[in-house]
Parts: sequence; C-alpha cells; structure tokens
Amino acid sequence: MELSRELSPAPCARSDRFLIKMASHGAALSVSKMISPFWGGRLGNTMKVFGTTLTSHRNKSLHTGENIPPPAKYGGRHTVTLIPGDGIGPELLNHVREVFRFSCVPVDFEVVHVNSDVQTEEDINNAITAIRRNGVALKGNIETKHTMPPSVKSRNNLLRTSLDLYANVMHCQSLPGVQTRHKNIDIMIIRENTEGEYSSLEHESVSGVVESLKIITRNNSLRIADYAFRLAREKGRRRVTAVHKANIMKLGDGLFLQCCREVASGYPDITFDSMIVDNTTMQLVSKPQQFDVMVMPNLYGNVVSNVCAGLVGGPGLVPGANYGRDYAVFETATRNTGKSIAGRNIANPTAMLLASCMMLDHLQLYDHASSIRNAVLTTMNETRLHTADIGGQGTTSEVVQSVMRVIQSKGQLTSEL
Amino acid sequence: MAGCAWRSMLSQVVGGAMRRPALSSASFSRGMQTVTLIPGDGIGPEISSSVMKIFEAANAPISWEERNVTAIKGPGGKWMIPPDAKESMDKSKIGLKGPLKTPIAAGHPSMNLLLRKTFDLYANVRPCVSIEGYKTPYTDVDLVTIRENTEGEYSGIEHVIVEGVVQSIKLITEDASRRIAEYAFEYARNNQRSSVTAVHKANIMRMSDGLFLRKCREVAENFKDVRFTEMYLDTVCLNMVQDPTQFDVLVMPNLYGDILSDLCAGLIGGLGVTPSGNIGANGVAIFESVHGTAPDIAGLDMANPTALLLSAVMMLRHMGLHDHGNKIQTACFDTIRDKKVLTKDLGGNSKCSEFTAEICRRIQDLD
Repeated sequence: MELSRELSPAPCARSDRFLIKMASHGAALSVSKMISPFWGGRLGNTMKVFGTTLTSHRNKSLHTGENIPPPAKYGGRHTVTLIPGDGIGPELLNHVREVFRFSCVPVDFEVVHVNSDVQTEEDINNAITAIRRNGVALKGNIETKHTMPPSVKSRNNLLRTSLDLYANVMHCQSLPGVQTRHKNIDIMIIRENTEGEYSSLEHESVSGVVESLKIITRNNSLRIADYAFRLAREKGRRRVTAVHKANIMKLGDGLFLQCCREVASGYPDITFDSMIVDNTTMQLVSKPQQFDVMVMPNLYGNVVSNVCAGLVGGPGLVPGANYGRDYAVFETATRNTGKSIAGRNIANPTAMLLASCMMLDHLQLYDHASSIRNAVLTTMNETRLHTADIGGQGTTSEVVQSVMRVIQSKGQLTSEL
Repeated sequence: MAGCAWRSMLSQVVGGAMRRPALSSASFSRGMQTVTLIPGDGIGPEISSSVMKIFEAANAPISWEERNVTAIKGPGGKWMIPPDAKESMDKSKIGLKGPLKTPIAAGHPSMNLLLRKTFDLYANVRPCVSIEGYKTPYTDVDLVTIRENTEGEYSGIEHVIVEGVVQSIKLITEDASRRIAEYAFEYARNNQRSSVTAVHKANIMRMSDGLFLRKCREVAENFKDVRFTEMYLDTVCLNMVQDPTQFDVLVMPNLYGDILSDLCAGLIGGLGVTPSGNIGANGVAIFESVHGTAPDIAGLDMANPTALLLSAVMMLRHMGLHDHGNKIQTACFDTIRDKKVLTKDLGGNSKCSEFTAEICRRIQDLD
C-alpha cells in the first residue's frame, strides 16, 4: 500500500530491518501501526493526510473506504473467513469455492461454523475473532430462532455491531436478461448498519408493556452520510436522497437529517434532497428511475433495500457489502436464509457469486473479479440460463457450470471443468 | 355444495351481528343515518360536495352533519377539537373526513393526531384494490392493510440523552396488540377474506415485536376459519413488489403499517385513489381520504374525488348499506374504466364537477 511506502523512509532502524524481511504490503502496514505508538499523534495525523490525498489518485475500489487496511496476505494468497450460515448459505458458498478453485483465485477460505441452535455466543465470537484476524469475510445468513428467549440476540446483528460495520452498501441495477415490471433502475442504497432500530435494547417495564429503544447518534449519522457522499462522488453520481420520518420522529430522524445536510454542504457538486419513507416506497413502485443514491437509517434501509431488490428481480440477484473502518463482510443484499429452498439445487447463485466478486475487488484482485462477474452476467443476460426465482428452469449447478464454462472460454488460466 | 352456501350465509349473518355490538344493523337499513362530515382544507370542500351529490343521486339514506375541526385550546391548556365536532361524532359514531392541513410551527399537534387521540382510533384500514382503467405496472392487487394506530414507533416519546445521542422509544403493549389482532381477524371474517398475515421484525426486535406476534397467535386460536401466517417485514416488501397477489389481509404495528400501506397505495395508483378508514373504540369509525390538501388546485374544480368517494363507499359497507355502496363503486369504476371523463391526475382533462356528474348519471342508469 502506497501509504506505508511513503512513510517507510522515516528513519527508524528497527522498522527498516522489518521492511527488508517482509515484502508484503500487509506486513508493512502492520509495521507502520507499530511505528505509531513511538511517533505518537504526529504520525497518526500524517497517515490521515496521506490517506486522503492518496485516495484521490486511486481509481479503483475506493468504495471500500480509504482507511481499511489490506487484509492478510501471505505468499501471495489471501485468507478470507467463510461463514456458511443456514438455509441456502452453505450450498451457495460451496459453489463460490468451486468457482474460485476453478479460476485459480489466490484466496483460501477459513471456514467458521455458527450454530444457530445453541444459546451461547461462543460460535459467533469465534467467527468475529476470525474476521478480525483476516479482515474480510464472506457469509451466508444465520437464522434467528424465535423459540429462543429474547436474550439470545440475532447473530448477524451481533457480528455487524461488534465489527462496527457501519455501512451497508447495495447496488440495484436492472439486468437486461431479467423480466421485471420496471426498467432502467440504477439505485445505490447506503444504509446505516449498527444503530437505529436495531440497537437490541428492549425491556419490559411492566408486564405487558414493552419498550424498544431506537438510538440515533450524531457521530454515526455523520459517518454514514459522509460515506454516502464520498461514494457518490467516487462513482460519479449526481444526487443523494436521505430517507427519513422526521415529521413524526422529530428528534431522532431530525438529527439524522440534520447530519446529512451538514455533510451535503461539503459536497456542492452533488444534489441533496430528502424524502419521507412512506412517500419513498410509493415512488419506488411507481417511478423508481428517479432515484440515484439513497442514504438512510437502519430500519428504513431494510425496507427500501428489499423493495429495490424486488424491483430488479428478486433476492437471488443482488449482492450486498458491509463495510467498517477495519473490516469488510460480503453477503447477499437481502440476507435471506432461504430455508424453504435449501438443499434442492434451485437457489439462484448470482447474488452470492456477485458478492464474492465484490470481495475480490476489495482484495484488489480486479482481474479475477471482472472475469467472474462477466461470466455471471453473460450467463444471466446472453445465455439466459435462469433459475426458478426469475422464471427459468435451470438448477443452481447448471448455472454455476455455465459460469465456469464462460470463464474458461475467455482463455484465462483455469483448472479442469 | 349446499353445505358451503349455508355455512357462508350463516357466517355472514353471524358476522353482521358481531360487527357492531352497540348498534343493531336494522337502524341502518331503514331510517336516515347521520354522518359527521368534516370537509377539510384545500380541495376538501370541493370533493366533499362531490360525494354528497353522488350520495344524493344514489338515494343513500345518509344525512350529513358538517363540522369543522380546528385545534382550540381547552380548559387546562390542552389542545382539543371543537366541542360541537366532538359532540356530533359521539352521537353519530360515523365520520367522513377530507384532507386536513398540518401547519408547521403552529404550536399545536396535527389535527389528524388530535382526532386519533380524541376518539381512540386504534385501527387504520386500507383496502387496496387495483382499479381497472387506471393502469399501473401491477394488476390484480386485492389486499387490505390493517395498521395499529396508537402506539409503536409513533408514540412520540423521544429525548436527547446526551449531546448528540437521541433515543426514540417504540412502545408495544399487550392490550393494543390484542385489540388490533382481534379487529383484523373480525374484519377478515366479516369481509370473507381467507387469511391474515402478521408483519413483524421479531428476529431483531425480539421482545416488542415478539409480544405483538404472540398476541396475534393467541387471537388466531379463536378464529380457526381464517388462516394465520407470519412474515418478516423485509420478506413482505420483497414479495409485495414482485407478486402482490399472494397477500390478503396484513396486520402490523404502526411504523410498518405506515410504510406498507403507502407501498400498497403506490401499487394501485397512489393516494388519489386509495380509500382509508379509522376504527376507534366505542364503535366510532372515521373514513378519510389520505391525500394532501393540494392547495395549488383548490377552488379550481380540478380535484379528483375518487379517494374520498371510495372511503365513503367503505363507510357504507361498514354501516351495512352494501347495495348503495356497490352501486356507487360500480359507477365510479365504470367511469374510470371508460376513460371518457377523467380528472387531470387520472390522465384526462375534465373538471371535477363533470366527473361527478358522470358518476351520478351512471348511478341513475344503474337503477
């Protein structure tokens, strides 16, 4: 990473010896992290300054945030945490591994199973530790069983909040090969991922009266708004819409909206407007083409992202990413367990494959990412091999085989089919 | 075959008797029934008079009592609606309301909120049926959203804990959840709907939505003839935009209800054609149009009375006057389907009065 290369000329004998020993980027950054306690606040500021100027020179994968350090990489191979989850998660992630093995992608998966039947948090803590170690994860959805007592929190939510994955990014695009009621949709949805209605702070004051707290903080609202505007600028988007319900929740959503406005004033080239959530859903089902980038708190994000996913063709098509300052976790955008279609070879692998491509972009393996993505989109739009959820008759394995055939036909290095 | 018919007839009779324990259905079908009419602001007066004209043409046994609602400060400094409006509503129990404007920074809460609090309007019912003749990308929509209207996320309890941290409280109580669930199942039974789906997010909000869900399950035990299912809010949204025909009656807490009912209104064509009813305790029911006051077209005879008209039809059905309700609805839908006389928002360029006259003419033809 250029960041640490710029800093390495700074004299420090111990760090020089380290740099000679380990050539990989990841190690260099971990060394620069070791330098900071010696140099104190000065170096920290320098890193921030370099960080912002350097990101403007980079032309790819900035949407991962300028401060995420590159993940673990030894001998040229990355290690990524894989959490199979429940329902269709395991089978789809197996297909991802199959495609990666076939395309000789230099990624090794560290599989961590999370059992949704037990009440202890040991499993999910192991998973979180693995993600901290590797920096990147690919996951299926972990089921939350209602039969458990309310003290057993949603495992997915626990993962997101522990790792502070504050931005959930989803890009909904109409695909030419998929029949939908609306055409030409191209919306980016940025959803605050850690607070809001999902704070899991509930109590029963009196028997039969339950309170659930929705927390909105200035820091997190500013952070997500800033992320949204940076992403919009980087992707060349013209308009950011904040979705809220500030006419009713005057203080909570009012604060969110105010933070968005503050951040918007720093981006005069991007138009900012706001819309109330119920009007937003109404507009989405009648004229979704009017939206460009949307930013919103947690629950509205859940609603809007599912509506948009439905508009472009369903849960099997859209990948999602959760970005934090230090970690990134990739999954399908609508986070479905798909229990009813598990094990029947009919699930749509597109969303998970595209999520894995987003992960490859994050790992800076751009060629592999493009090759797999193109293969998936070719299968979808040209070959038109569709699974049942988008009106076709193909099985999951047939689609995956077709993707691998397309990758092979492009002449890249692959293993046997 | 005959058994089925007998059973459905029995359930209709039983349903009709169960609908309003306080008032007998006999009084509705014979004499004139008083209804409190609140014309509202903006285009409110025009569309209210349209509805009155159409009701006259249909010979509906309704006598209108017009009242205005503006917030006034009562004794003790609490904001309240004018006492004559309250009195009229308490007597007639049925109300029809046009759009009310919510002034910003007027110092008093919105009128809709005041009405809700005054009459304890706990259920908001919005039937969404595709209108033939008003094309939207979705056809064959036929569902009803029933939304809890008093608590939930809109309890209005918010505070700043420390600078930069705001806490908003979502309140779910056993009583309110049971009440709305009971209403939903009764509605399903009375209107021959086959299933009720509870919409929730109990995987995240374990205690609050968990309580709501538990109450729905308990009430479902007493209504075995109606199928009960539960679905996550995100799954409902996802499936709603792909295939809305799979839904029948949806019951949910306040915020989800707000979002979903507007989503469903968008499916059939927007707030200009969507009816809505609010059911309160003590047999009070206020039917309203949910669109805005449209001050830019007020007084220009350009308004579309469809939303208020369909709400009025809902009101007739609630009162047991199904024949009149059906007649007016058929006339309205036929007019829209014909596409000859349509107001501007429906794609035509006729005046509101012409649209109204056309509907009146069709009603008279139907007789």
